[in-house]
Amino acid sequence: MSWKDLALGCTLTEPGTAARLRTGDWRSMRPVTNYELCNKCGQCYIFCPDMVYSRTAEGYYEANYFYCKGCGICARECPKDAIQMVQEEK
Amino acid sequence: MGKRVGMEVSIAAAEVVGLCDVDVIAAYPITPQTHIVEHLSELVADGHLDAEFVPVESEHSAMSTCVGAAAAGARTFTSTSSQGYALMAEICYIASSLRLPIVMAVANRALSAPINIWNDHSDMMMARDTGWIQTVAENGQEVVDLLLHAYRVAEDPRVLLPVMVNLDGFTLTHMIEPIWLPDKDEVQRYLPPYKPQIRLDPRNPMTFGPVGMPEVYTEAKKAQDEAMNGALPVIVEAWQEFEKQFGRSYHPVETYKTEGAEILLLTVGSVSETAMTAVDKMRAQGRNVGLVRLRLWRPFPAKELVNVLKTAKAVAVVDRAMAFSTRSGPLCTEVKAALYDHGVSPYVQNYIAGLGGRDVTVEDFEMMAAKTSDGLAKGLPMGYEIVNVRE
Repeated sequence: MSWKDLALGCTLTEPGTAARLRTGDWRSMRPVTNYELCNKCGQCYIFCPDMVYSRTAEGYYEANYFYCKGCGICARECPKDAIQMVQEEK
Repeated sequence: MGKRVGMEVSIAAAEVVGLCDVDVIAAYPITPQTHIVEHLSELVADGHLDAEFVPVESEHSAMSTCVGAAAAGARTFTSTSSQGYALMAEICYIASSLRLPIVMAVANRALSAPINIWNDHSDMMMARDTGWIQTVAENGQEVVDLLLHAYRVAEDPRVLLPVMVNLDGFTLTHMIEPIWLPDKDEVQRYLPPYKPQIRLDPRNPMTFGPVGMPEVYTEAKKAQDEAMNGALPVIVEAWQEFEKQFGRSYHPVETYKTEGAEILLLTVGSVSETAMTAVDKMRAQGRNVGLVRLRLWRPFPAKELVNVLKTAKAVAVVDRAMAFSTRSGPLCTEVKAALYDHGVSPYVQNYIAGLGGRDVTVEDFEMMAAKTSDGLAKGLPMGYEIVNVRE
């Protein structure tokens, strides 16, 4: 994008554009849930600072890697040790 | 019709800001700016001015309030000096980057330490790279005129940048001078109502000041640089309109008795009036000396300045601030760069004068002109000196 295309004062004139910011790009570790250990308690959903987790039809919780920054809080909080942080591959 | 009054310059500055129908004034008092905002608070308290006066707890908050108010579409004003400017500086970068047309009067004062409340240009020079337009007044009338001009320029849709009007502390702020004060009709004829291009409005939400990742920051700064360059013709146009309406003319670079001058003095601010007296005296003695006064500091009118300086054999640049260890004041550094860029190379001497309120006299200017002339004749290296410093 050329400097000529920027809005006045670099303003974001379209509301909600932060939803398109792929914060998942920052991640070096990703959380992976072992559904055999998961008891659907929802601690990962509650503690995630980025609202990455959402509930599936079966009642499990699933991470959205588009936004997940890989902070590891979900893995630390999981009482069943069902979430493991796994190295991102290049 | 306006009226001619005998008035303290700070009070006149506040009066004209009041006539500009400002919506929000946020300020913290600091010497020698105090009288400007004190009088504005009186105007608001007495019901003469329908504006919000926000008595903030620091200059950092003063500029933050102005940024918020301007983003919401208000016409804003603040004023500061010296250390107050230093505290405010962080937000000044944000005001210009967000392209908010805030107007600020800076009562120029030396920076600490040692603590010094008197006039020099340390604060103006610290502000030079904040992306603000900066004009400089020489006397009380010019303070009034430049403040009025500042709003017109800042709010022009082709510009949308904050404007700083510099006036020397005490030597201007606390002087009582004859001033032609315009009336409301005249002000309104010159200054159209402010119509923001974009503003914070819950009915049309947008984000001001988002994160600028490395992918976009360079482009944002380029756009800002272009806006500053593009402001120059608009500033000149606004001065031409001003002359048409009020009869007083202003230019980015102004000259006094420069015809055929071999030695040119270059000054900024109220000291220029002393320099004019010195030039009159030297011309009467048959010496070919003239004076160039820089009215516009940002955007820097390099081409206009070089056009005036190129006819002289030697230039004495009078700085009123330090740029430590560079053997040149901040003004002289830029003058030399502009000359180099344009392939012109007169003999340039740099004098640092009037720091922290030290008097700069007619005799000082005569000395500077004589030394410059002598240095040129003897082929001495181009020099730099702090005038009248005790060894």
